[in-house]
Amino acid sequence: MQSTTLILMLGFMSIAAFFYGRRRSLALVGGHGHGSALHSLPGYYGYYVAIWAVLPALALLLVWVMIEPRVIVALVVNALPDAYRNLPPGELNLLINNIQNLAAGDVVSVDVDDVLQDAATMFNAYIEKSRQFLAVLALGMAGLGGAMAWRRIHPDLRARNRVERVIRWFLIAASSIAILTTIGIVLSVLFEAIRFFQKVPVTEFLFGLTWSPQTAIRADQVGSSGSFGAVPLFTGTLLITSIAMVVAVPVGLMTAIYLAEYSSARIRGIAKPLLEVLAGIPTVVYGFFAALTVAPWIRSAGESAGIQVASESALAAGIVMGIMIIPLVSSLSDDAINAVPTAMRDGALGLGSTRSETMTKVILPAALPGIVGGILLAVSRAIGETMIVVMAAGLAANLTANPFEAVTTVTVQIVTLLVGDQEFDSAKTLAAFALGLMLFVVTLILNVIGLSVVRKYREQYD
Amino acid sequence: MPRRRRKEFTFKLLGMVATAIGIVFLGLFFASLIAEGTSAFKQTFLKLDIELSEDVLAPDGELDLAYADFDGLVRTALRAEIPEASGRRDRRELYRIVSVGAAYQLRDLIAQNPDLLGTTQSLWVPASSNVDMLIKGNIDANIEEALRPLSDKQIGWVRQLQDQGRLESRFNRALFTNGDSREPELAGIKGAVMGSVYMLLVTMALSFPIGVAAAIYLEEFAPRNRWSDLIEVNINNLAAVPSIVFGLLGLAVFINWAALPRAAPLVGGLVLTLLTLPVIIIASRAAIKAVPPSIREAALGLGASQTQVVFHHVLPLALPGMLTGAIIGMSRALGESAPLLMIGMVAFIVDVPGSLTDPATALPVQIFLWADSPERAFAERTSAAIIVLLGFLLVMNLTAVILRKRMERKW
Repeated sequence: MQSTTLILMLGFMSIAAFFYGRRRSLALVGGHGHGSALHSLPGYYGYYVAIWAVLPALALLLVWVMIEPRVIVALVVNALPDAYRNLPPGELNLLINNIQNLAAGDVVSVDVDDVLQDAATMFNAYIEKSRQFLAVLALGMAGLGGAMAWRRIHPDLRARNRVERVIRWFLIAASSIAILTTIGIVLSVLFEAIRFFQKVPVTEFLFGLTWSPQTAIRADQVGSSGSFGAVPLFTGTLLITSIAMVVAVPVGLMTAIYLAEYSSARIRGIAKPLLEVLAGIPTVVYGFFAALTVAPWIRSAGESAGIQVASESALAAGIVMGIMIIPLVSSLSDDAINAVPTAMRDGALGLGSTRSETMTKVILPAALPGIVGGILLAVSRAIGETMIVVMAAGLAANLTANPFEAVTTVTVQIVTLLVGDQEFDSAKTLAAFALGLMLFVVTLILNVIGLSVVRKYREQYD
Repeated sequence: MPRRRRKEFTFKLLGMVATAIGIVFLGLFFASLIAEGTSAFKQTFLKLDIELSEDVLAPDGELDLAYADFDGLVRTALRAEIPEASGRRDRRELYRIVSVGAAYQLRDLIAQNPDLLGTTQSLWVPASSNVDMLIKGNIDANIEEALRPLSDKQIGWVRQLQDQGRLESRFNRALFTNGDSREPELAGIKGAVMGSVYMLLVTMALSFPIGVAAAIYLEEFAPRNRWSDLIEVNINNLAAVPSIVFGLLGLAVFINWAALPRAAPLVGGLVLTLLTLPVIIIASRAAIKAVPPSIREAALGLGASQTQVVFHHVLPLALPGMLTGAIIGMSRALGESAPLLMIGMVAFIVDVPGSLTDPATALPVQIFLWADSPERAFAERTSAAIIVLLGFLLVMNLTAVILRKRMERKW
């Protein structure tokens, strides 16, 4: 039986369980008029029965679906002739893959022999059997659970409290998914990174000056040793981030100042939504713009000025990234500026300073921590930005501070290392996770500091 | 004093310039996009009188759609149109004027209507992308022959066909009804759009209920202790984690550990769920906070339990705000591409996905793929795909704004 039909059937059972539970609770006290003799509203008895019918069955379904493939593969492998069973793990995996493909009716990479055919037939038979088993078990469990709960209904049963407790647990589970996500990120990145550091020493990764992540397919290949010194990536990331910040910080800050202090309400009403549009444009679109419009433009401008500009220069990616970040900087600066009490501004103006003097001498110093916090968040955003650099920055890991040359960044390398088919335990793919770990740690630190500064500062003047 | 005035003036000017930079960029950006992209909605078609000869298609009396020589029919018709192309090289050049899609079009026609066999049909078939580019003026006929994709002869034939009224610019339906293709004139965004739709369905179905439940717990039930503080800090940080890191998580957990299929919209949807969850939780919490305490107190005073207060009173009042947050989260998910690269959704996929586990790609990833293609015609289609993507985003955001305006209540 298909799992979707099974879930649908469970759904129907839960609805039936609800009505049966409700009816029984009312019947026990003698009909609709006597509902007050029940501890809870009749509906809660219905929910109570429905929960008992569905939750255990769903839990079973989930566990089953999770362990089923592993068990079946183990069973099929056990039934294989010894010659196949004792293959090295890599080839065995390939074999299992082929068996599964054959069973599913897909293309198989080797000639189909009797052993393979038998195994595939067996595989299908096991799946069939397992599905039948599961259907019987789950539906039986649902029926049993529902019936038990139904029998337990009694006017004194505190159905509402029990239903509410289940709801409460569901809410708690939902809110811990955020924690689980973080743990998942840390663990998945950390484990692979540790495996990488077993192959490549940490010091070489952090301080090595050459990055050429080529690993040998054959042992006798030339130039296949691979070197994983990530310093060029860090400097490249830094270079592009700095260019972005040089664009975004002054422009964003001045925009915030202008909109907060000078502009009329009408201009603000037009300019602010427009800047928000800038923030809503997908990064891949910025990347397209950087690669196909800005980069050639910078190149030709540089050539006419007599400067050699690479076609994937850091400048193009940096400038476009800066423009992307302008709305972030301006809205965070706007928050910080508006959080400065009006009394301070009025005081400065009353003492005869011009608006620009008020701004630079009084408001900005007062708002500085908030602005700095915002800039930290912007830096973290720029470091983690992927699509713009993947499309507009280069792949060559040059160790340079020249913005006209091509540099590569951490995110670009993660993408190039992981896109396409890979073996999961080569140093090359694991390197991507080590880079991911660096990225996560650095942005996390920036975010934690930035967020806490921004929040603390906001509270100070509240 | 004049110096101070001057300073004041420069300062104000700087502010205006800064504000203008952002807006000018936006204008420039949309202008270039529209200038580049709108032409992709039109495409050049070529009118050919094709004899659907039985002798060619079914030489032994039996019509086999998979092997029948539809290409040959198209070529014969083309030769009839331009008889002066003789010799192998000339003919080969001639054949390049028409798209390989013409043969598919014939095949579909015969498949739908086998009675047409043996008749002569006058059909509009797509011209090749180079001809299309020439007609649209993107290929300069005046530069040296070796530097352009079309030879002098080919250009001559195209002009000849144009004079005969056999070339026409028509609405580019292929862009909306086809999957990806190596041939620009046949490439469409339907596969990518369907992939995005499936992913967003998964994301919406998971992240909205979970996000709302988490927000309810944190706002209404959670005791103020270390644990709930931790969750709160955690959610705020998660919202600022680079999206590519979520892709690494998806690759390690969903694909390697849970062995879910690569490039499936299901996995993409799960990753985007984790990505949008913080956004939705934060928005939902703000919506719950905006419900005045008097409502809770009134309900509690009438004897409702805390759960009843939340689900009967607070939730309905906070729902518009939550929905707005969810739509904004969805629009972020729609534009996201970096994590999808990690889970293998960058493959070249021709088929339109039909289920949650079929290999698929997404609209932003399609844009990324096309932007990488060297053909001039793909640049135009990339812009068109971007216009479509921005159109979707605009609709979603407008819905959010209207929803907010409509449902907004002042307490």
